[in-house]
Amino acid sequence: MSYTFTILIFLIPLTVFLSLGLLNSKLKPSVAGVIGTTGLAVITILSYSTAYLYFSSTSTQEGHKSIEAFNVLWLTFTDQLQIHLGVLLDPLSVMMLVVITTVSLMVHVYSLGYMRGERGFQHYYAFLSLFTFSMLGLVVATNIFQMYIFWELVGVSSYLLIGFYYERPSAVAASKKAFIVTRFADLGFLVGILILSFNTGTFDFATLTSLTGPVITQTPGTLFLGMSVTTWAMLLIFMGGAGKSAMFPLHIWLPDAMEGPTPVSALIHAATMVVAGVYLVARLFPIYSFSSPDALEAIMYVGSFTSLFAAVIACTQLDIKRVLAYSTLSQIGYMMVALGTSGYGENGLGYMASLFHLFTHAFFKALLFLGAGSVIHAVHTNVMTNMGGLRKYMPLTHITFLIACLTIAGIPPFSGFFSKDEILVAAFEHNKLVFAVQWLVAGITAFYMFRLYFSIFWNHPREYDHTPHESPVTMTFPLIFLAIASVMAGFVPFHDLVTSDGRILHTEFHWIIALPSVLIALIGMGVAAILYYKQNPKLENLASRLKGIYQLTFQKFFIDEIYLFITQNIIFQFVSRPLAWFDRHVVDGSMNLVGNTTVVFSGAIKRIQSGHVQLYIWLFASGALLLTIAVLYLTK
Amino acid sequence: MNLQSEIPLQYMVVLSTLVFFIGLLGVLIRRNLITMLMGIELMLNAVNINFVAFNHYLFPHRLEGHFFALIVMAIAAAEAAIAIALIINIYRKFLTVNVDDVDELKY
Repeated sequence: MSYTFTILIFLIPLTVFLSLGLLNSKLKPSVAGVIGTTGLAVITILSYSTAYLYFSSTSTQEGHKSIEAFNVLWLTFTDQLQIHLGVLLDPLSVMMLVVITTVSLMVHVYSLGYMRGERGFQHYYAFLSLFTFSMLGLVVATNIFQMYIFWELVGVSSYLLIGFYYERPSAVAASKKAFIVTRFADLGFLVGILILSFNTGTFDFATLTSLTGPVITQTPGTLFLGMSVTTWAMLLIFMGGAGKSAMFPLHIWLPDAMEGPTPVSALIHAATMVVAGVYLVARLFPIYSFSSPDALEAIMYVGSFTSLFAAVIACTQLDIKRVLAYSTLSQIGYMMVALGTSGYGENGLGYMASLFHLFTHAFFKALLFLGAGSVIHAVHTNVMTNMGGLRKYMPLTHITFLIACLTIAGIPPFSGFFSKDEILVAAFEHNKLVFAVQWLVAGITAFYMFRLYFSIFWNHPREYDHTPHESPVTMTFPLIFLAIASVMAGFVPFHDLVTSDGRILHTEFHWIIALPSVLIALIGMGVAAILYYKQNPKLENLASRLKGIYQLTFQKFFIDEIYLFITQNIIFQFVSRPLAWFDRHVVDGSMNLVGNTTVVFSGAIKRIQSGHVQLYIWLFASGALLLTIAVLYLTK
Repeated sequence: MNLQSEIPLQYMVVLSTLVFFIGLLGVLIRRNLITMLMGIELMLNAVNINFVAFNHYLFPHRLEGHFFALIVMAIAAAEAAIAIALIINIYRKFLTVNVDDVDELKY
């Protein structure tokens, strides 16, 4: 079976991006939207057929093989240093293709309604196509360098879309923040890539992750500060992943990124781009698992801490999109934990669970964001205390949002239950402390999600300027589709399809894990229902009694302030200022010296050029004479 | 006719040197553009004498020197044409052919 047609999957969005971006205002907004959405629909169909062909043609008995559908030499620096561009199909990338195209298509359709009449509608669709192109290029990359290129492209499109409302200073600041923080993390990624490929002499994923290949079989040689060079490289690569996936302490950009249009938050900052870090670790998983278990352990702790930390912050935020942003952090933390607890092959439960959660999370989190977008569209505010009682006005949004909340809370039979359960099993088998934290976070998740749900749809109905109404069909269709996907995704036989070695993983259902996790989720929902079902004066009391803790979490543990302090008072003061002084006085000074010397010297001798031709001839002739005499004298 | 036995090469060289420096002197001290042009022609002809003389005395069976002299003449003719055209234009603009009065192209 030839998979060459998969090249279309990322050429079509590129073409759409170029044509929409170049034609721009020559197209009517509706035409631009239809072109973008049609292009996406075509590649969604292509991705689904790729997935069908791939999973049905490769035998599960000896495992799903990875296939290089397309690989072309792109850059040649030396004989060893060559960079290819291509399409790699393996269970991981095929699964990602399906996730990305599905969510992206839904967001394209949704934006037709949500962004109607916005300034720069054509640009918006061009950027969405650019993002889809980059993200698809990232997941099908055949080598780590191609991945890095698309990784940066994804960052750029994220920057462009966060700053889409560029008249708003907060949006501009948020886009800069996102770009700088992820760029800082990508520095680590780049250094990691360079160390890894310097050590191994290859960029190619197939060689890097081959179990019999040089990377895994060779003994980690040199030690640096007590860790092998491979571990250092993998930790640095994870730093890049942590930046994109907003792991603590590089998470600060994601909540601010909610300044972008809501469908963008759904696509980029919930379902696809932010899981690129998880994808990266999963892609290099054999190296992590065999050559640098220490790095994997670190990933587990970072993920676990982030998920707890973000879940706690989510409980006090008032902006509904920020609650969802922190919830995204928390869920990605789950995925990282699962990867961190995983082994390879037979012990690869965590790996499978992580990607399963990535899969289900993409659907329900996109649904949550699009639902939130629908609410914001109706009431024109982001703040949940200005909402309430919306279930009467927006029945479809209400039902789908409820489904999404039940899914993320992990109530059976919704998909979140299955994936979260697998993660908890994996954590339980590996590390009891991390299991306890994740179990607690499951409860907090249920609490803050239902706090959100009750505040928006129940509680006390507010006075609205105009009566809220249900969103148009272009917006409700994606909600319904994603709601169905959120319910059904849990029944995908994931352990047959996406595992660390491609073989079928045998899993059992553990009542002992599932029951307590459902129980704590129900408790969380119950607490939220008591506090937020209707207007509750006790809340104020509770907040004032726990003033210190409340303020601490409401201000997000002052992480932003700490960053500001470190950058402005320490880095700017003690590094940037001296550097600026050095630049202004020493670097510029030496250049100015050269320039000024030339000016003064030429000013002194310019009078020779008097316009008297005969003077020139005199000088020329005497010069020639002197040279002749000198040559004669010297060569004698 | 045996020129070599009657007039030695040194005479030719001395002659060409004299002509060259007379031309150079003319270019340097005369203020009239046309006279300066004549000085340049003298210098070119001094070179021609050298070419022909060296060719004739040192390599009697070859012809490169002669041909070079011919090329120099051709170029001198072309150069004279251009120079005189320039001088006419200068005269039209400045109403003079005195080189000291034509000094606008300077610092």
